[in-house]
Amino acid sequence: MNWLGWLHDFLADPAHRSGPDSIVHRLLEHLAFSAEALGLSALVALPLGLLIGYSGRGLFLVTAVAGVARALPTLGLVTLAVLLAGVGDTAVLLPLTALAAPPMLVAAAEGVRGTDPDVRDAARGIGLTHPQTLLRVCVPAAAPTLLAGVRTASVQVIATATVAAYVGLGGLGRYVIDGLATRNYPTTVGGALLVVLLAVGVQLLFALLIRLAAPPGARSSPRTRARRTGGPSEDPATVPASPPALVKEVP
Amino acid sequence: MTPRPVRTALAVALLVAGAAACSSSGGGDPLAAKSPAPAPSAPASAGGASGKTVVVGSANFPENVLLASIYSQALQAKGVKVEEKFNIGSREVLYGQLQSGALTVLPEYNGALLGYLDAKSTATGKDAVNTELKAKLPAGLAILDSAAAEDKDSLTVTQETADKLGVKSIADLAGKAQDLVIGGPPEFKTRREQQFKDVYGLTFKEWKPTGDTTANALKDGGIQVGNVFTTDPKIVQLKLVALDDPKNLFSSQNVTPLVNTAGLDATGTAALNAVSAKLDTAGLTALMKRVAVDKEDPSAVAKSWLKSAGLS
Amino acid sequence: MLDGEPLVRWHWLGDHLGYLADLTADHAVIALVPVLLALLLAVPLGLACARFPRLYQPLAAVFNVVYALPSLAVFVVLIPYTGLATRQTVMVPLTCYALAVLLPTAVDGLRAVPEPVRQAATAMGYGPWRRLAAVELPASVPYLIGGLRVAAVSSISLAAVGALVGRGGLGYLFVDGFQRTFPTPILAGIALVALLALATDLLLVAARRVLAPWERGVAR
Repeated sequence: MNWLGWLHDFLADPAHRSGPDSIVHRLLEHLAFSAEALGLSALVALPLGLLIGYSGRGLFLVTAVAGVARALPTLGLVTLAVLLAGVGDTAVLLPLTALAAPPMLVAAAEGVRGTDPDVRDAARGIGLTHPQTLLRVCVPAAAPTLLAGVRTASVQVIATATVAAYVGLGGLGRYVIDGLATRNYPTTVGGALLVVLLAVGVQLLFALLIRLAAPPGARSSPRTRARRTGGPSEDPATVPASPPALVKEVP
Repeated sequence: MTPRPVRTALAVALLVAGAAACSSSGGGDPLAAKSPAPAPSAPASAGGASGKTVVVGSANFPENVLLASIYSQALQAKGVKVEEKFNIGSREVLYGQLQSGALTVLPEYNGALLGYLDAKSTATGKDAVNTELKAKLPAGLAILDSAAAEDKDSLTVTQETADKLGVKSIADLAGKAQDLVIGGPPEFKTRREQQFKDVYGLTFKEWKPTGDTTANALKDGGIQVGNVFTTDPKIVQLKLVALDDPKNLFSSQNVTPLVNTAGLDATGTAALNAVSAKLDTAGLTALMKRVAVDKEDPSAVAKSWLKSAGLS
Repeated sequence: MLDGEPLVRWHWLGDHLGYLADLTADHAVIALVPVLLALLLAVPLGLACARFPRLYQPLAAVFNVVYALPSLAVFVVLIPYTGLATRQTVMVPLTCYALAVLLPTAVDGLRAVPEPVRQAATAMGYGPWRRLAAVELPASVPYLIGGLRVAAVSSISLAAVGALVGRGGLGYLFVDGFQRTFPTPILAGIALVALLALATDLLLVAARRVLAPWERGVAR
């Protein structure tokens, strides 16, 4: 038995072709968990982050809260949620949302805060209201940083959603957990590989979005854009997890 | 279109997959007993067991952790050096680790273990199961004495039902089953309906899939007969009676130490056999109530049982 | 699901203080030693990348993929090589995850020195090594500590998953509590993991104040 054989076994297993344990079904379950959690946290975290970044108020509090939230262990939250709410999608949705919200919140706040103050003043100067300035000037300028935060959250959520299988829920984690429990090595490796491919696929998607979202002037020269928005890296796509402390200006 | 790092990332992912697929030389199931790189805690060489650390493992459910605690402390009471690796995984994972010598002792259930080694086995009684087990176990592994304690499927009724119908065993249900509703996990019906007909001549009025709520459904009267595990603390809590199974429809599930013989000396073997001699189903059920319901620590419960059994 | 089990049995917490302290200490070792190891690897790797920019993209790509690996699957795959329920099984992957976070920050930090400063150091007669020790490494401290904060916190959170393969420090409380329908240890575990992360974070912030005092006005 070799790796090629395992992959072949994993793909050839009739149970993985159709039915509830099929790869397509597990993949869709995994995507559903992840998308629901990401959608929910985007709904909560992005507007809040934009407001905080624009007003400049509460930034310290937000980064502190985000830091603590980042430390909450998903396995603990999932097991607790199942004991309290029973086995169901909510039991995994809330912990994954808690995982996804902090990077989004921090990225939105830092992205908006990093907008060039001169540009902002100019926008106010030509008569834009605060909401208009935020939406028409700051958000487009912050888009690359913001999307990088969403991407970090997505990768973390997709990788972590495997834990859902421990409490009896579906998703690609089923292969990892079931493979471990039944000592079916091909299943574990196959499941892990699918998770990685999914995560890398999502990264590609975001890389594309970040490219498209970059302001036209900055597109040709990512280096200057990064400087202006205070990004730590020349290209947000090279940083797997943008540390919040680094999305700040370092003299 | 896409920035280079991400494109490279995809390439790397594919490369990793490709390399993984092609490295046929690195064969061998890493979870299997004969792994390419044996676990560092290599098997103790035969004969030189005394003075070596005995590694007691347990599967990932509370009763197995409790049993492993009992084994571990019984061994320590006899001066054996013990390392505990509890709550690790399923039989499938642990069995290979026992074969490789990374684990020395594991609390097992004889019927389930036999089913794992030979899915087609039809042995049901304790002695028949153990005889077959001894024949099927590979060299290096052995079972020690089985305890009377069993954690097996059972048909269970409330005390009131038992008194009212005057039933003590499944056989006593003859002539009464057609008026009774039976419940259990969803797979219970498909597995057992025909067997009840064939072995005991019983046809129940209705089969209800009651899953984890079977014991409560008995108490509430939704069902009159239920499939409950014999060490379920709810048997004690809800005053239920597990009916005898004189024709051994349910296979024996006696608590039995499975050991790597190279790692355990005569002192250790005697210590574990002494545990098996004292442990019965009622005792184990009472201990499980303390662990699962009263939330006492398995190690503390094990300690007090060993003391009361005179084994500490 | 709880069947009358209280959310918190306070006396259990009181009876298990020593046990909880032991698990916390074990958790700290399992989670934080990998971060230190990753730091030791990230600085030379970062230096290499800063000197040879062509090296950086493939390395960053590799760690991008590593970062997406589900930790549980990696633990499982490592069992035959690192032993059953041993610390190494959990610590090896955690080192890789931490490195995935630290490498980019190390590279950014080492590149952060403005060219005029670098030239000034050279003009003052600093050789490459002295310049590294006196200028570039200190300048990268804020970056590195920022990366360490993220790496440490996620490592502390991830280490708990090791409990599913028999060695996860505080993670055992989640498995045990889940198996016995017992929320008390789960809540205690969540609180202790968060506290450990918070304490580590504060320590790192303090370290930055000491090591990069010029940052004080800007940094949190």
